[in-house]
Amino acid sequence: MSEPVLSVRDLRVEFVTRRGILKAIDGVSFDIAKGEVLGVVGESGAGKSVTGSAVIGLIDPPGRIAGGEVRLGGQRIDNLSPEAMRRVRGKRIGMIFQDPLTSLNPLYRVGEQLVETIQTHTNLSNAGARKRAIELLAEVGIPAPERRIDGYPHEFSGGMRQRVVIALALCAEPELIIADEPTTALDVSVQAQIISLLKRLGREHGTAIMLVTHDMGVIAETADRVAVMYSGRIAEIGPVRQVVQTPLHPYAKGLMGAIPTLVQSSDDRLVQIPGSMPRLSAIPPGCPFHPRCPHAWDRCSRDRPDPIQHAEHRVACHLYDANDPTAKAHMIHTHAPLEEGVAS
Amino acid sequence: MSNAPFVEVKDLRRVFDVSKPWLNRVLEGGEKQYLKAVDGISFDIARGETFALVGESGSGKSTVARMVVGLLPPSGGGVTIDGVSMADAAQAAARQRLRRRIQMIFQDPYASLNPRWRVDRIVAEPIRAFDLIKGEREIANRVGELLSLVGLHPDDGKKFPHEFSGGQRQRIAIARALASNAEFIVCDEPTSALDVSVQAQILNLMRDLQDRLGLTYLFISHNLAVVRHMASRIGVMYLGRIVEVSGGRELFQAPKHPYTRMLLDAVPDIGMTGRQRVPVNGEIPNPINPPSGCPFNPRCPFANDRCRTERPPLDEGVACHAVHERRIDVPVAA
Repeated sequence: MSEPVLSVRDLRVEFVTRRGILKAIDGVSFDIAKGEVLGVVGESGAGKSVTGSAVIGLIDPPGRIAGGEVRLGGQRIDNLSPEAMRRVRGKRIGMIFQDPLTSLNPLYRVGEQLVETIQTHTNLSNAGARKRAIELLAEVGIPAPERRIDGYPHEFSGGMRQRVVIALALCAEPELIIADEPTTALDVSVQAQIISLLKRLGREHGTAIMLVTHDMGVIAETADRVAVMYSGRIAEIGPVRQVVQTPLHPYAKGLMGAIPTLVQSSDDRLVQIPGSMPRLSAIPPGCPFHPRCPHAWDRCSRDRPDPIQHAEHRVACHLYDANDPTAKAHMIHTHAPLEEGVAS
Repeated sequence: MSNAPFVEVKDLRRVFDVSKPWLNRVLEGGEKQYLKAVDGISFDIARGETFALVGESGSGKSTVARMVVGLLPPSGGGVTIDGVSMADAAQAAARQRLRRRIQMIFQDPYASLNPRWRVDRIVAEPIRAFDLIKGEREIANRVGELLSLVGLHPDDGKKFPHEFSGGQRQRIAIARALASNAEFIVCDEPTSALDVSVQAQILNLMRDLQDRLGLTYLFISHNLAVVRHMASRIGVMYLGRIVEVSGGRELFQAPKHPYTRMLLDAVPDIGMTGRQRVPVNGEIPNPINPPSGCPFNPRCPFANDRCRTERPPLDEGVACHAVHERRIDVPVAA
């Protein structure tokens, strides 16, 4: 593990509205190493997509990056000029969005879009760029690429379009790919194909991948590490197997237990987290999860928990604070009902 | 009467005309084109049971749901609910009485509630439409009762739908479905628009209500894990046909049809980290020109000439020549 490809430190993103400043991202830190897939999960409004947009500098007013650092290969990119950032995007960071149809221009053949992107980032000739485009289409698993390259986006199915978008993201051989809900619009059988494609490409090219999704199943099978977000903060981050099977943060525990799976007994009730995620305009003080948390005590509504290293996880919860002698008592007191529902 | 299934769907078909406009056909010489969205499916639902239809987009599961509640007339076949045919003109009066007992919950709780009506008016609508309760105060009491039943506060009736989150709106939709004392509820992707923690709340609520009120559900979903959690029996749809139908447990432990096996292999699941995937081939073909014979044959590793020409009947709960001929192993449920 040398220097991480992407390093985010204490990132904060705010949206200025008439009713005050909304903190969409509030102190998020993580690294992604070469060839690693970091999954970012959370429910709607947790700030996972905003995190992705902030990394690639696509936060539009009234949003703004209010603090923190984003480093790509050691170089700070959060304070670059829009023109310099535009060169980083595409060249060093590739992007894959949820809806492949809106990522492609319907009026141009996919080949023209690929060739244009390739020529923006390299100095290949027209013929060379076309050859490269065909190679890329073959690499992402499009059958008969030398024929399909002259097709228009509407002539491709949803899964095939998403493959074209992945090929576009790969054009400049980026160090980092940000995939925001890349499989959400696709059917399960196609979803599985796209997931294994992303995994294979990450491995073969050593590309770091930040995979943003609400689908825990996709993360469980694709990511090496996972960050669980809640109210603009990372509640827990750690190796995917540990976080899925033995989550520490009460929110992560509830979330894992709430997901129906194909292996647990279907007679079990799903774990229910009471209430819903707070609005950005009304994030509770202290730990944002405390009103819904079965373990919460007075400290939780007062102090904001900092991430604590606990085994291989980093978890933002006072329960795991070794310096707080009362923390353990709260855990034992209310642990049982939560533990029960978590899929073993 | 007790032996007859509560809901009986027989050879249900629906064809959509997807031809180009007449003028284009005349000028460009095109033929009329038809899409068989639902191509002869049959199933029964017993009283108090949850029957689920699962399939990928374009498999026809929502079209079935709409035909079962009578929102869409079938092109062939029929639906019989509690002995009353949904198509027979002679039974029109009985059908009118039956209507009250059938309700539907839709996928998008943002689109299925009138944004300009207060919640109490939305929930009271079926009560008024069927003239079930006389007197404004009695209706208001019943609405308050229904809102409490689905986990909302009776005072929430004074609010508008936009004041609620997605999960709360789906609770309102459930309260409305229950308002007419419905016995059979068709749920078309009821939790697909919701976050997982909210989905868990709604699924638990639906199961609790079923236990308390003895409801019968037809549950439509693309999410196999949700279906496994909710249904006692499951039908797997592919290109307008049911390819396999079996009890919830058996389907997941011992899937028979090659498509079901492929689907179960493909689903990303949190219980299966680090699992090696079996590669999945191809996509659902265009339903306007479906393959001849078994609709799954172009993607099926076991397909032979018979599969390409002859349509397999649904026999022993599975529509597959390879299984019927014992060409492939049929797993046995543990």
